Amino acid sequence: MLVYIIRRILMLIPILILMSMVAFFLIELPPGDWVSTRITQLEMSGVQVSADEAARLIAQYGLDKPMPVRYWRWVEGIVMRGNWGFSMQWNKPVNEILAERVPMTIVISLSALLLSWIVAIPIGIYSATHQYSFLDYVFTILGFIGVATPGFLLALILAWVLFAKFGFSMLGLYSREYLEAPWSFAKFLDLLKHIWLPLILVGMGNTAGTIRVVRNNLLDELNKQYVIAARSKGLSEWKLLLKYPVRLAINPLLSTVSFILPGLVSGSVLIDIVLSLQTTGPVLLRATLAQDMYLAGSIVLILSALTVVGALLGDLLLIVVDPRIRFGRAEK
Amino acid sequence: MTDTANLFLEVDNLKTYFFLHEGTVKAVDGVSFNLYKGRSLGVIGESGCGKSVTAHSILRLVPSPPGREVDGKILLHLHEGSNGSSTEEIVDTLKLERNGPKMRSIRGKEIGMIFQEPMTSFSPVHTIGSQIMENLLLHTPGISKKEARDRTIEMLQRVGIARAHQQVDAYPHQFSGGMRQRAMIAMALICGPSMLIGDEPTTALDVTIQAQILDLINDLQAELNMALMYISHDLAVVGEMSDEIIVMYLGLVMEHASTDEIFDNPLHPYTLALWRSIPTIEGKLERLTPISGTLPSPFAHIPGCPFFSRCERRIPGTCDAALPPLKEVAPGHWVRCVLY
Repeated sequence: MLVYIIRRILMLIPILILMSMVAFFLIELPPGDWVSTRITQLEMSGVQVSADEAARLIAQYGLDKPMPVRYWRWVEGIVMRGNWGFSMQWNKPVNEILAERVPMTIVISLSALLLSWIVAIPIGIYSATHQYSFLDYVFTILGFIGVATPGFLLALILAWVLFAKFGFSMLGLYSREYLEAPWSFAKFLDLLKHIWLPLILVGMGNTAGTIRVVRNNLLDELNKQYVIAARSKGLSEWKLLLKYPVRLAINPLLSTVSFILPGLVSGSVLIDIVLSLQTTGPVLLRATLAQDMYLAGSIVLILSALTVVGALLGDLLLIVVDPRIRFGRAEK
Repeated sequence: MTDTANLFLEVDNLKTYFFLHEGTVKAVDGVSFNLYKGRSLGVIGESGCGKSVTAHSILRLVPSPPGREVDGKILLHLHEGSNGSSTEEIVDTLKLERNGPKMRSIRGKEIGMIFQEPMTSFSPVHTIGSQIMENLLLHTPGISKKEARDRTIEMLQRVGIARAHQQVDAYPHQFSGGMRQRAMIAMALICGPSMLIGDEPTTALDVTIQAQILDLINDLQAELNMALMYISHDLAVVGEMSDEIIVMYLGLVMEHASTDEIFDNPLHPYTLALWRSIPTIEGKLERLTPISGTLPSPFAHIPGCPFFSRCERRIPGTCDAALPPLKEVAPGHWVRCVLY
C-alpha cells in the first residue's frame, strides 16, 4: 500500500516537469511578447516608444534570451527559491499577486463546494427515495435549469436586479470603505454580507449536477439485493438508507476531487469577472491577454499541478472508502 | 397435518398485486398454506409465478408502491419466553406498518431470509462480520460488541467458514459465491429465528456447492427446529428439501400435497408437464418434453384456468370459462383442475 502511494507520488515528478514545459511553451506560442503588446498599447494611446526604449525593456525583462534559457531561469527560480517570477503587467513579483488572490479564491470556492454538497446530497437522497413524487419533479426541473443556466448570466441579472431594486451593490467582496482596510470583525461581517451571492452563483451549477448524480446513483443502489437483505434483518429505513446505499452512492463524488482542486484555486472566471471578485480567475485571463508570461505560466502550472495532485488524492480517497479498490491494488 | 403446538405461520388467501402504469399484475392471487416448526414447505414454479412475492409478502418486503398486499392474512404464532411455559402471540403481519417497529422486530429475529444472489446480498463496502453482527445487535438488547463479535465468529464456524476469526473481518469480494451464501445463512440465522425463508438460495451456485449448502440448511433446520420455506424452480432440490410442496402458476396454487405424494402421484397437468421436462437417471432415454407455449402476459385477464393455453388436456368451453377451485382429491392432496 505504502509502496503504491510512494510510486504514485514519484510518478508525479516527470508529469509535472512535462507540464511546466507545455505551460511555458503555450504561453510563448502566440506571436509577440509582453513588450510588443505593451508598445502597441502605448502607441494606441498616443505615446511613441523609441527603438532604444523597446530594446531596453526587452533586455530588462530578459526577453532577448532564447526560450530554453528563459524557461530554465523560471523553473530554477520556482524550484530553488520558490520564486515564481515577475509579473510585467502588475510590476510585482508573481508570488505577491498569488498571495493576495489565492486565499480568497480558495475560501469562496471551498465554501461554494461545501454549500453545494450540503444542499445537493439531501435533495438527491430525497429525490431518489421519493422518485416521481411532486417534489422530485420540482427538484428535477430546478436541477436542469441550474445546470443549463450560465452562472455569469445569472450573476449579471442578479447583480442588476439587486442594485436597481434595492440599491445594493453586489460587486466585489467588500464595501468600498473596507476595501483597503486591515482585517477586523466589521470587515468580516461586511464580507459575509457580500459573499453569499457569489457562493450561490458559483455553487449553483455544481449543486444541480450533484443532485442528479446522487439521485441516479442512489436509485441504482436502492434496487440492489443487499438493501433488501439489510431490510430483512429489521434495520429501520433511515439507518438502512444512510448506512448502505447512500454510502455507496456518494462515493463517486470523491473521484471528482481531481477537477475540484484546480477549480478551488482558479475560481470561476466568468462569474468572478462579472461580480469583480478578487480571485485568480480574472488575473489569469488578463495575464494571458497581455502575454504576461511568468504570471500566466505560473497560474497554469499551479492549476495543472493541482489537477494531477487532485487525481492522486481522489484515487487515495476512493481506496480509503472502497475496500474493493483497496484490495485490488494491494495485490498488484 | 394439524400440529397446533408447532404451528408457526398461517397464510390465508394472500393476494399481492402490483399496480403499474400498464395495468395490474396479480402476482399472488389467493395463496394459502400453513407452516410448522421443524417442517419444510417447498414452493415451486416458473419465473414470475409469484413464489418470491409470496415470501416477500410474509416479511412485508414487497416494494410499495407499486406492490400491495390487497387481501388475506399472514398470521405468525410468536412465542415469548422459554419452551413449554410460553405465551403465544398471534400477529397478522399484513396489519402491521410495513417498516414499522413491530414488523422490524420480526424481520431477522423471528424470520430469517436467504436470497438468490450471494454476490449482491452483502454491501461491498462493509465487512461480512459487521453485516452479520448488525442483526444480532439490533435484536439483542444489552449485548456488547465483543459478545456479538464472538457469536458471529461462532456462527461463521457453524456454517463452515474456515478461519472464521479472520474471515469475520473480510469483505464480501474476498469470499467465493459458496462462502458468501454460507455467510448469508449465518446472517439469517444468527438470531435463532423460528422460520427460515430460502428464496432460491442455491440457484446461482454450481452443483457441488449447491449440495453442500442444501445439506447445511437441512442440518441447521433440524438443529434449530425451524420452519423452512424453500423456494426454487428446481424440482430435484425442492424434493430433497421439503416435506410438503406447493406448485404455483401465475400467482395461483395449482397443486399442494406432501412431497412423496406429489412425486409419486402428480395430478395437475402443469405438475405433470414440469415432471416430464426434467431428465431422470433411471428412466429410458427419451426426449425431454418442454412445456409448450409461453407464460401468458402478466397483465392478461384470464377468466378460466391460467394454464389453459398451454395445457395438453384442456377442455375448451369448460376450462377457459371459470377458474376451477382448489379441490382436496385425497387427504392432504389439493389440485386446481376440472379433471379431478
